Amino acid sequence: MRLDWEIAKRGWGRYAAYPAAAWAGAFTNCVFGFMQAYVLIALFRHRTDVGGYDVGDAVTYVWLAQGLLMTVYVFGWDELALRIRDGSIATDLSRPLNPQRYWLAFDLGRAPFHFIFRGIPPFLIGAFVFDLHYPTPPLAVAFVLSVFLAVVVSLGFRFLYNVAAFWIVDHRGVLRLSVTACLFFSGMTLPLAFFPHWLETFARLLPFASIVQVPIDVYLGKHTGLDLVWVLGVQASWAVALLAIGRVALTRGTRKLVVQGG
Amino acid sequence: MAESFAVYCRLAGANIRAQLQYRVSFVIDLTATFLLSFLDFLAVLILFHNVPRLAGWSVHEVAFLYGSSAIAFALAELLVGHSEQLAMRLRTGTFDVLLARPRGTLYQVAASELPLRRLGRVLQGLVVFLYALAGVNIDWTLGRVAMLFAMVPTGVLLFASMWVVALCLLFWTVDGNEFSNAFTYGGQTMTQYPIDIYGQWLRRFLAYLVPTAFVCYFPSLYLLGKNDPLGLPRIVQFIAPLVALASAAVAGLAWRTAVRHYRGAGG
Repeated sequence: MRLDWEIAKRGWGRYAAYPAAAWAGAFTNCVFGFMQAYVLIALFRHRTDVGGYDVGDAVTYVWLAQGLLMTVYVFGWDELALRIRDGSIATDLSRPLNPQRYWLAFDLGRAPFHFIFRGIPPFLIGAFVFDLHYPTPPLAVAFVLSVFLAVVVSLGFRFLYNVAAFWIVDHRGVLRLSVTACLFFSGMTLPLAFFPHWLETFARLLPFASIVQVPIDVYLGKHTGLDLVWVLGVQASWAVALLAIGRVALTRGTRKLVVQGG
Repeated sequence: MAESFAVYCRLAGANIRAQLQYRVSFVIDLTATFLLSFLDFLAVLILFHNVPRLAGWSVHEVAFLYGSSAIAFALAELLVGHSEQLAMRLRTGTFDVLLARPRGTLYQVAASELPLRRLGRVLQGLVVFLYALAGVNIDWTLGRVAMLFAMVPTGVLLFASMWVVALCLLFWTVDGNEFSNAFTYGGQTMTQYPIDIYGQWLRRFLAYLVPTAFVCYFPSLYLLGKNDPLGLPRIVQFIAPLVALASAAVAGLAWRTAVRHYRGAGG
């Protein structure tokens, strides 16, 4: 536990070292937040309810999604894949610590940094300009818990497409495919509630919904009581399942690993 | 001029041959780019699954904006959007090399890369554009035909100018790709919907000051024969090529200033 804490601190530190990059990124999140908010407002000119969302829900959704973008890191991560490709993974494997545990701890240190510095500033800007919805204190607690689970699900998924580098020479194709699927099916591009019914049903069966759609729905109070417990349970199950698959894949990959020289 | 162009063709040819060395990988990459970019357009279709018209625009009309902007943006990005390589050169100080060679620096940056996989995105834009053309009613006149053919080159020039200005920002922010993204990718997103849906100050900033509205919105008002809900003078629908030339001039000046600001990394 002490070790995980130390690694997490380094995860935070890595990103905290570049405050200017964080502000630049938050600025870009705001620009996209404004554009998407106006598009959805235009949609609601003709309707008062789309998939159970009113216009306030939809605009809040946009700003939460922009705020969560970096926290749940949907835009792709290939640090591990690069270490596998250049062979540095051999060093990682010789350490008395499973690489998966290392990256999980690192990511759980990174995520709070991005939540605070890439998530909160754009949300405040959005709140300043638009009428957003705010959660009750218990819902806010559930939201933070749901975001935590979303980060673990996301890491579990990112770990998987990185480990694919054990089997394929050029991991970038898999990376691009994974990122695109995740952006679309997580609800980052558009709320899943706006999808045609069959596509929404399909999207909700995938783990990606747990990364963006579920935490935002929790915030908006779309899940209450037992339903809330259920969706958090689904998130936790995806987190455990993806981490387990990742662990197995890593073991399998390690078995076939050949590192030249050394 | 002719010689510069010949050199560019040679460099581009070498670059293309390099990319074609791993042919299977290249074909997969191109196909994936083409197919994956449809998920982006699917978002537009999903919006229209919920409403028949968005701010008075039908799905085909929005596809008209989307397709023409996607073609222009992808071509501009293919030609000059080499921000990662430039950021690397600026960070490591290897930009010096470009200053020592007997060609313009911007020319060399543009010629340094030609990622053909982005043609997949051009192709996707073309497919969406054809889908749009099949569904819109255009009252064809000579002027409209001319506008249709002028629209893409104009859009490429506009987006290329925006890219160059975004590249200039890198000279100050060094690793500020994210900041530039707001103007390049942000600018592109802006053009995909009718600009009258955006709030006024956002429109002023990201449609007029950064002149994205001239890429396809104003020309499309004329082509599709739509009333301008903003009630701007009718002339704005025709001056896009002039705005594009002016943007290119501004981008050129910005680039000169940026290069002058460059200090190198010693050595």
